[in-house]
Amino acid sequence: MKTDRRGFLKIGGIGILGFAARPLMDVLLKGDLVEASPEADALTGKRWAMAVNVNKCKEGCRDCIAACHSVHNVPDLGNPKDEVKWIWTEPYKKVFPEQEQEFSTRGNKPVVVLCNHCDNPPCVRVCPTKATFKRRDGIVMMDYHRCIGCRFCMAACPYGSRSLNWRDPRPFIKKINPDFPTRMRGVVEKCDFCGERIAKGLIPACVEACKEKALVFGNLKDSGAEVREVLRASHTIRRRPELGTGPQIYYLV
Amino acid sequence: MLEKALIGSKKYYGLVILLLIIIGGGFYFYLRQLTYGLGITGMSRDVSWGLYIAQFTFLVGVAASAVMVVLPYYLHNYKAFGRITILGEFLAVACVAMCLTFIIVDLGQPARAFNVLLYPSPSSILFWDMVVLNGYLLLNIVIGWTVLASERKSVPPPTWVKPLIYISIPLAVSIHTVTAFIYAGLPGRGFWLTAIMAPRFLASAFASGPALLILMCFIIRRFTRFDPGKEAMQNLARIVTYAMAVSVFFVLLEIFTVFYSQIPEHMHPFEYLFAGLEGHEKLVPWMWTSAILAIASLILLINPVTRRKEGILAVACVAVFASLWIEKGLGLVITGFIPSSLGRVFEYSPTGPEVIITLGVWAMGFLILTVLYKIAVTVKEEIAA
Repeated sequence: MKTDRRGFLKIGGIGILGFAARPLMDVLLKGDLVEASPEADALTGKRWAMAVNVNKCKEGCRDCIAACHSVHNVPDLGNPKDEVKWIWTEPYKKVFPEQEQEFSTRGNKPVVVLCNHCDNPPCVRVCPTKATFKRRDGIVMMDYHRCIGCRFCMAACPYGSRSLNWRDPRPFIKKINPDFPTRMRGVVEKCDFCGERIAKGLIPACVEACKEKALVFGNLKDSGAEVREVLRASHTIRRRPELGTGPQIYYLV
Repeated sequence: MLEKALIGSKKYYGLVILLLIIIGGGFYFYLRQLTYGLGITGMSRDVSWGLYIAQFTFLVGVAASAVMVVLPYYLHNYKAFGRITILGEFLAVACVAMCLTFIIVDLGQPARAFNVLLYPSPSSILFWDMVVLNGYLLLNIVIGWTVLASERKSVPPPTWVKPLIYISIPLAVSIHTVTAFIYAGLPGRGFWLTAIMAPRFLASAFASGPALLILMCFIIRRFTRFDPGKEAMQNLARIVTYAMAVSVFFVLLEIFTVFYSQIPEHMHPFEYLFAGLEGHEKLVPWMWTSAILAIASLILLINPVTRRKEGILAVACVAVFASLWIEKGLGLVITGFIPSSLGRVFEYSPTGPEVIITLGVWAMGFLILTVLYKIAVTVKEEIAA
């Protein structure tokens, strides 16, 4: 067979197009649905959520924060600019700005805040690499190895629940927990609802650490679950529900 | 034609060397940022985008403005712009190159940038921004280069360029629209959550870009034997006038909506910009400078007597460019984060390394522009000779 230059270029061009076809088909055919992680067998039919009883929360107590941050190797960088946090407290009026009223005494009461593991998470929608994704059980996860550090998710999260590792976090971890990965600089991290613990049948570290039982974690799809009991028995509020993100942390105020 | 960039006057070499030195400085600090992390910048958990993304946002506008010379020339056969379309296209190339560099410089893990291609996410506006920016860059390089090469040989440009030119026109609009969508679609960011974001971006782009192009024409006329033409420059000045007036009008629309509705979440960022919030007022002097420059430039541009005087036109163009650089390149991005989603006012100011890296990227853009303009102008001088 004789191949002239024109013919060679034609075949070469078609060949290159072939290589481009696969990623293109990926975009067109695959939606933004992300499959649940392999251990999903144990979790099917579940929707994890948390109820926070603000009244039971003792002022000055930091047990839940300490437990979470030590289990997950969250660094303490000691300055507000570089800080990384998964669970922390904010004054009531900052957490529920739409509920603020002048004569209430609870305006400055600290309220525990963490990732809301939204039903419709804006962070997942904006992520250009699917480094953050929602599992079938409702947990919004971070893939620290996929994240490019563009921080679009930080701009999109209306709850300020995400942190970037502005610098190498490892020197700032007081005691490294070898059972959980440490992160490298330049990636975003946040509360993962202790996905690694519930895979082993354990409840989240913060819930376990709370002596006052102010935090209740459970499966919303199980009508007998304690979290369902809390939602039935009392009026609960959520952070900024008007945004349509469907936050799954319920506050009993 | 590339060889024409290698032979030049002492002044040309001097400019190239100066730009290379600034690029070198920026690169040095970028290497430090690579090892230390983005903590070397002034960005924080609260203000997570800063100077880099703000420059990207501003420069997308300057890049998009090439369409203001391409469209009248190719769609309406407006001959006077024929001499400067190449300048507009090459300006777009330099600006998009800067935009892409600013995005890379802003990444926490730049080595993973290709994840955007490996795991394409159509729901992310950033994915589409990458698509349109690269497409627009490629088109402008191909179109500019091909048309210039044909001009040099005094033959009409090949027919296959025409469709590319037509595609480049909506693509210019799309790069700025998609960039506006990065901000406009986010819940809980009152400052950005406005449907007028894209039109505002386009209006300011069509003012700042042609203003820079006019200034470039002045420089080229002063230092080379190529004259872009008085008529072309005067018509660019008209475009700047209309676009600047519309841009100011759009900002006033935002201010009316925000302050008449009295919704605190939407008012606070504007208060931070123009009056300061909770004692924090770093941007206040900048924003008033921007406002005064905008009004001054409009007075000079709307009045035909002053607009026609070239010295005054140059001053007005500098005012337009500076005013819009402050508005987009400083105010728009940072203020979206102030106050934070938890109501905290945590101010941002760029650090030394961050400013030097930013200057380095600007210098890189100007080097690309210098080389491309050198080639274009040399070819034009040859044709004239």
